[in-house]
Amino acid sequence: MHRRLFPVLSGLSLCFFLVAPVLIVGAPYESTMGLVQKIFYFHFPAWMAMFLAIFILGISSGVYLFRRKPAADRLAVAAAELAVVFGLMGLITGPLWGIKAWGVWWQWDARLTMAVVLELILVAYLLLRQYGGAGSDRLAAGLGLFAMANVPFLYISTEIWRTVHPRTSVVPTLPVDFGVPLWWSLVGFIVLCLALLSLRCRLEEQRAMLDQLYLAVEEE
Amino acid sequence: MNRFLQVAWLVVWKDLRVEARSKEMLFTTLFFAISIVLVFSFGFVRAGQAVEGAAAGILWIAMAFSGTLALGRAFERERYHDALRGLLLAPVDRPAIYLGKLVGLLLLLSLVETVVAVLVAFLFGVPFFRHGWWLFLMLSLGTVGFASVGTLFSAMLVRTRSRTVLLPVLLYPVTIPVLIMGVSGTTALVQAEPDLAMARLWISLLFFFDTVFLTLALWTFEPVMTE
Repeated sequence: MHRRLFPVLSGLSLCFFLVAPVLIVGAPYESTMGLVQKIFYFHFPAWMAMFLAIFILGISSGVYLFRRKPAADRLAVAAAELAVVFGLMGLITGPLWGIKAWGVWWQWDARLTMAVVLELILVAYLLLRQYGGAGSDRLAAGLGLFAMANVPFLYISTEIWRTVHPRTSVVPTLPVDFGVPLWWSLVGFIVLCLALLSLRCRLEEQRAMLDQLYLAVEEE
Repeated sequence: MNRFLQVAWLVVWKDLRVEARSKEMLFTTLFFAISIVLVFSFGFVRAGQAVEGAAAGILWIAMAFSGTLALGRAFERERYHDALRGLLLAPVDRPAIYLGKLVGLLLLLSLVETVVAVLVAFLFGVPFFRHGWWLFLMLSLGTVGFASVGTLFSAMLVRTRSRTVLLPVLLYPVTIPVLIMGVSGTTALVQAEPDLAMARLWISLLFFFDTVFLTLALWTFEPVMTE
């Protein structure tokens, strides 16, 4: 991963996050949800950043599995950790919305259940990386592919079942006043995700390099 | 294709012969499944009456837990005398080996599930057999979904140190959708007024999941098992 990528991306995401509050405060009050509706400007972008991270995890896992490129494996670990973080953000902001909209913190409906399941798979991935020992990288790559295969089910879950969660079609049909701050924070979250990804990838690269140096010293 | 199926059948035949001689997996898995049903019976009985709607969950959880036990054992066996290496060294398609192991496990689990389904129907007084074929189809599809992922993960973990801990940790999150569909579909079948349309929806979803999981497992078995 290129050394200059992180400063550029993090600077860019900082710009987005500095302007985002101004746009969010400026957006009109939604009539039924009131102030709580503003959670949406974090909740939706957090899930989208998680989906991005999962797709990066899945694709790089596939590349590692079939092409054996170590760089792809490093990218996969970094993406998996970020997917857990952004997923956690979505799982925390979701109930805050739920207590106002539904009167309860949690509903066992299809969308929410699938979201928890996906988060669990990612945590399992990290556990496997941590405790699997030697050779667990390839097993983890297999699991990464399964995690990616679950995303479409999560995405369409609001379309198949009648759930309490707002449908996916809400987002493209938003009025401009709500839409601008939403898309702005979405881009901010995606850039932040990519910035953290580049940083985490560099850490893995340095670790791999250090391991190689240790091996070289031992051989001498 | 013919040869592929032939190899898969040979692996099934080998597993069946080993099992027929020891009967270890069948008896331990069956006993474990029955104990789970009994444990749940104590958990879900109030004042001598079973809690309504618990039976479907008990049936599927017993399937999942005993299935995990069988999955762990199926590949543990291959570790003795480095049998797995021999199997992988054979000049055959690797996915055929996977398919063979999967079918062997499915045969075992179907025996166990038959006993468990009868037991749950008897103990909790649920009309499982009112729509017997539907339940059969649902259980079969659910077991295929669960075991197809399980066989792959169990094979992947066979060389790992902490495999006994990691198998359930990896398996349950991935297969929870199958369990949700199975439990919901079974509940739709056994409730006072069976909802066949709902059951059909869950069955088609199970089929969809099975197709995705099985394809993914067959596709990844080869690279995952290569040393």
